[in-house]
Amino acid sequence: MTILMPQTGDIPRPYPTVVSAPYWEGCARGELLFQRCADCGGITHTPAVLCAHCCSRALSWEPSTGTGTIYSWTTVWRPQTPAFSIPYTAVIVDVDEGWQMLSNLIGCEHDAAHVGMPVQVEFHPITDGVMLPYFRPR
Amino acid sequence: MAKHPFHEVAIVGIHNTEQARVLEGHDSRSITLEAGLGAVADAGLSPRDIDGVVGVTGSDFLYQARIGPVWRSMSQLGIPGLLEATAAIATGLATTVLVSAGSAGIYTERQATAPWTRPSNEFVVSYGMFTAAEFALIARRHMHMYGTKPEALATVAATIRNNGHVNPEAVYFGRGPYTPQDILDSRMVADPYHLLDCAMTAEGGCALVLTRADRASHLRQRPVFVLGGNTDHFGPSYQHPPSFELGGNRRPDLINGWTGRRAAQDAFGMAGLGPSDVDVCEFYDPFSFEIIRQFEAFGFCPEGEGGDFVMGGTIEVGGRYPVTTDGGLMSFSHGGATVQLLQRVIRATQQLRGACPTRQVEGAEVAMCSGGGAGALFTDVMLLGTEQP
Repeated sequence: MTILMPQTGDIPRPYPTVVSAPYWEGCARGELLFQRCADCGGITHTPAVLCAHCCSRALSWEPSTGTGTIYSWTTVWRPQTPAFSIPYTAVIVDVDEGWQMLSNLIGCEHDAAHVGMPVQVEFHPITDGVMLPYFRPR
Repeated sequence: MAKHPFHEVAIVGIHNTEQARVLEGHDSRSITLEAGLGAVADAGLSPRDIDGVVGVTGSDFLYQARIGPVWRSMSQLGIPGLLEATAAIATGLATTVLVSAGSAGIYTERQATAPWTRPSNEFVVSYGMFTAAEFALIARRHMHMYGTKPEALATVAATIRNNGHVNPEAVYFGRGPYTPQDILDSRMVADPYHLLDCAMTAEGGCALVLTRADRASHLRQRPVFVLGGNTDHFGPSYQHPPSFELGGNRRPDLINGWTGRRAAQDAFGMAGLGPSDVDVCEFYDPFSFEIIRQFEAFGFCPEGEGGDFVMGGTIEVGGRYPVTTDGGLMSFSHGGATVQLLQRVIRATQQLRGACPTRQVEGAEVAMCSGGGAGALFTDVMLLGTEQP
């Protein structure tokens, strides 16, 4: 059995855009942010200019509880590049406020993932000190 | 049924260059040029008969042959490029269009997955994402929703790989035959995808020539007619979570998991046909589950029943809906980012000419082709036939 861990190698880092910069600044503070629409109340992720529900531009950032459940998962044995340690488990998380994000699962055995598994966000530094949101079982 | 403008267009020339894991002595431009010349010759034409080109490297052909001024599209190829060529011919922007693609010398760092599988987007790159993982997230969700079994995925992979096993032009010619258990026994790449559930990587070129139907009957080959087609896209590939249930604001019934359904319905509508009229399914096979998903999305079987649908020989040549008869991306070739997106249509054309040396579907009159997949947030569809509607 292998316990899934945050990556420690020289993995590729995210490069924020004008639109996504507040999201990554939130991660650096240990906050998982999402965008909420002032007009319809809907939530948008990945970071965008337009509300994913009503196309309004009135989006503002809000902190998430960081809790959710696994929507789908895959445990990867052929790494994207040699910088990644295997195995790692990619997940789509249904975050409790009602939005989805892509991440990696950590803190459990590599074959423990299942749809519906309750998870909690946890931030870990990767390349260049970027803080990356991972999820672990709760 | 009103005749659709697409019906004025036929495919009259096709060519696959040599396909190989590595093509010595070629780069992407040179192999694309070889492909284009081959397709023009197959049609019995000369370069000077071409008055339109599609594709970034197609521009090289038009310059080298000094055939300008001609119509040109910078389409990203695959079925969208072919439909653009079809529309250009149908509206008189061009008469005879060459659609060509090729790739060589691109994949050199073998320690990493192929470069076209791993875009450097900020929301995927640090999570180790590449195409197999993106598509695995789609397959896993379907397995959760409907109980789809790994054995069904393995049956698809074994069937397609066995089509390539007997095809002398396939990169993996002779690498078989496979049983579904062989697929399940291969090493895991991105659960539920084993190595043999996944497309290969290769190099190669291919091209097609399309022209007006009234000219087609005078050319060397039996023309293959465009019956219909359209494209379904949900956004840029490999940047956002590949959720089965993405989308649905404009058409709540059409989520990403069923990408290609709208395009298929449009194509069938143009053709005045339905799934039961299709004789051969030259579907895009980047990963085994995608074949199951397409049978559901295109209306060949109800949602969630694709796993059972592909069992029992249905998708083998000799079965009711033979699939990806040249060996597809898994065994024939996956020549880079776009080459293989045209090759399903080339194979469908071979089938409708009755010219396949192996795995010919006897009496095939209607072929359905596709490109893309839900892991990439798009699926394109094209219907071809032996008769002009």
